Amino acid sequence: MIFKWFRKHKKNAPDFWVDYVDSFKNADKNSIGETRFVAFDTETTGFDKKNDRILSIGAVSFIGKSIQVNNSLELYLEQDVFNPETVKIHGLMKKGSLEKVTELEAIKTFLAYVKNAVLIAHHANFDKNMMNEMLSRNGLGKLKNRFIDTGSLFNKSKHIIYRENLKEHYTLDDLCNELNVPKVDRHTANGDALITAIVFLKILSRLDKRKNLEWDYLLKT
Amino acid sequence: MKNSIAERVGDFLKGYPPFNMLSNNTLLKIATEVTINYLEKGDTIFKKDDPWHDRFYVVRDGAINLYYSNGDVKDIMNIHDTGDLFGLRPLITKEPYKLTATANEESIVYAIPISVFQSETDNNTKVQKYLITAFASNAFDPYTEEEAGKIFVDYLPNTSQDIVNFQTANYTKSPITCSTESSLKDAAKKMSAYKIGCIVVVDDEKKPVGIITNSDIKNKIATGLFPIETPVTNIMSSPVITGKKGLTIADGQLQMIKRSIGHLCITKDGTDNSKLIGVLTHHDILVNLGKNPTVILKEIKRAKRTKKIRAARLKGNALLKSYIEQNIPITHIINVISQINDAVTIRVVELALKKMPTPPPVAFSWLALGSQGRREQLLFTDQDNALVFDDVPEEQYEVTKTYFLKLAKLVTKSLNKIGFEYCEADMMASNPEWCKSLTEWKNQFTNWILSPDEKAILLSSIFFDYNCVYGDKQVVDDLTNTIFTTLEKTDLFYKFLGRDAVKSPTPLGFFKQFLVEQNGDQKELFNIKSRALMPLIDAARLLILSKQISGVNNTSERFEKLAELEPNNKELYESCSYAFKALSKFKTKQGLLGTNSGKFIDLETLTKEEKLKLRRCFKPIQKIQEVLKIRFDLKNFM
Repeated sequence: MIFKWFRKHKKNAPDFWVDYVDSFKNADKNSIGETRFVAFDTETTGFDKKNDRILSIGAVSFIGKSIQVNNSLELYLEQDVFNPETVKIHGLMKKGSLEKVTELEAIKTFLAYVKNAVLIAHHANFDKNMMNEMLSRNGLGKLKNRFIDTGSLFNKSKHIIYRENLKEHYTLDDLCNELNVPKVDRHTANGDALITAIVFLKILSRLDKRKNLEWDYLLKT
Repeated sequence: MKNSIAERVGDFLKGYPPFNMLSNNTLLKIATEVTINYLEKGDTIFKKDDPWHDRFYVVRDGAINLYYSNGDVKDIMNIHDTGDLFGLRPLITKEPYKLTATANEESIVYAIPISVFQSETDNNTKVQKYLITAFASNAFDPYTEEEAGKIFVDYLPNTSQDIVNFQTANYTKSPITCSTESSLKDAAKKMSAYKIGCIVVVDDEKKPVGIITNSDIKNKIATGLFPIETPVTNIMSSPVITGKKGLTIADGQLQMIKRSIGHLCITKDGTDNSKLIGVLTHHDILVNLGKNPTVILKEIKRAKRTKKIRAARLKGNALLKSYIEQNIPITHIINVISQINDAVTIRVVELALKKMPTPPPVAFSWLALGSQGRREQLLFTDQDNALVFDDVPEEQYEVTKTYFLKLAKLVTKSLNKIGFEYCEADMMASNPEWCKSLTEWKNQFTNWILSPDEKAILLSSIFFDYNCVYGDKQVVDDLTNTIFTTLEKTDLFYKFLGRDAVKSPTPLGFFKQFLVEQNGDQKELFNIKSRALMPLIDAARLLILSKQISGVNNTSERFEKLAELEPNNKELYESCSYAFKALSKFKTKQGLLGTNSGKFIDLETLTKEEKLKLRRCFKPIQKIQEVLKIRFDLKNFM
């Protein structure tokens, strides 16, 4: 089914996009423990997917429960759109000393990094939409990865009797507090990506108490 | 490319040894190669007999349990907490693991590749030594810098003790000698003239051929084995043991221990075939080492000036520190330090008396009060002292009192110079209020006992722990007898003391939290003195007074005595005694860390284990307070 989908794409797609798409072709259906996950986060100029821009992308990848520090991704993007309001949250200034890349370069690096991994993000829809919007600005298709949202995953991990007390909306800070994850480097894309990864692992271990967790359950939102 | 995660990992590692010994650059290189492992409770990192990993581990969050397993037996070696290293074996020897490491709770652990770590820290001996030490001591807990420093003590020659050990020994440079032709009598005359304990017998070329010591004279002459006219060659020990000029203290000591001798002859080339240039005695070594109570006491006793006493007393602090580090029983430490403190006071009074124009007109005694009176003072504290002089006819009273006040002023001044702060409340013998005749003191105590009020109780709690440090003991005994006779007449006084003893609640709050100070500079700090030590001190004093026991002043000894007197409460009293000792040690450790009295403890600096220990000490406090409430019927009195 997925394969048909691919063919619809333009024949003159750039190589990196083809490579990215190809990485899904031979993907075996691994068990959860053998699957490569990438937790990522974006810092943006705001919440409007049309008008706002991604300023930085941070990501960490892991298989099992080990995260390799040297195999993380940290990108800062050159953008014309600037919103002084959000600077106080992420601390990224228009002209900073950080080495910046263009949107296209960021996409190339990001896609090469994530490949066919299962993507994890807190409020995944937002990051997903921002990314897809950026991809389409650059004439590319949407992300093909499977997504897991740590916010809704957390809801699932709560026992049925606590469900009615659940909040509509859990911030990453809420989860850090509930799951006892140190809030190091909060509000940098890279720091939040790492926190998201640990939050995910913690929730996963709660869900997987009986060691019989299934993909369907994990991916169903 | 920038790697913020590596930077944060580095930031974390920087807070703990040995990473705090590395440069930021090195640290970042190592941090970049770290793997962050998430562990669920019960997850295993390595098992006994597993082949070694190419990495070692640091606990980031949670706790890792290291245990030794043999069949079904699991022996927990240690639970590692944030900042602790484990799995160091592959760093030292490439052998399979001997222990099993599992997550005691949900944890995050940083795995550090050994190859990277080693190539980055190759030339850093400090780091290597730290790791070897950490590996060697299973019970190692580098929570704080101080604790880490403790581990170095044994391995790095950076402590004053070790530096002293490797210093060149300071020997007597102009040794007293006699020729081979001398008789023992001549030699002995010389020894007594120079007040020395040994004489070296030398030949015509000044080469040492033998040595005669006090014990030779005792064993060979006084027993009648040889007449005193016998030639020295008959009784001297020969050949002599020699050493070279640059001999270190450590070497000298080793030689003496090996050959069980007390004197080493220092010669020009180090053999007995060259000229004698000095003698190194066991005493010289002790003086060089300094941190020996006997030597410190001797120094104090011989001191002619306050400055000298101060120097000696400071050595006492160094001694205290090393005792605490070596985990020497606290009772022994207290004894030694009290001896030193007493010796200081005695010497100070002696020197003050010399400065007085006349000898004292009547007998007097110098009392130590409070903690020094209880002989449980470890660190420098305030002076609390008093003076009792024998009764004199009324017309001589003024002159006598003036004399003793002057003396007391000299003493308190010197004590202050030595390091004992003046008492804030001026409870010192230099205050006319606390420098009284025997009858005045008797009236004072009788008053306190028969009509107690708040102030009387406060003062009593200080004065009842008096201890005669210098002077006439008879005067003090007389005073003590009067006190006990008066105590028999009333129960009210006990009630007052009792109320005082139970007034501060058990230091644990409703939710088993430590009660910390609510305001002031000490906000959030735990006052170990008023909340934990004082309740025990007060309880012991009251109980021992009610039993009419005098002369047992030390709080832990008081509880031990009580255990003896009341076998049915033995267990409680013994636990009180133990708790008191443990708490004193805590306070002393804190005091040494902060070079203060150690009264306030920052709970943040304590390890989980220490907190647990501290908490355990509080149980007997609560129980003893219950006993006091019932025994002295305080319920309706509060």
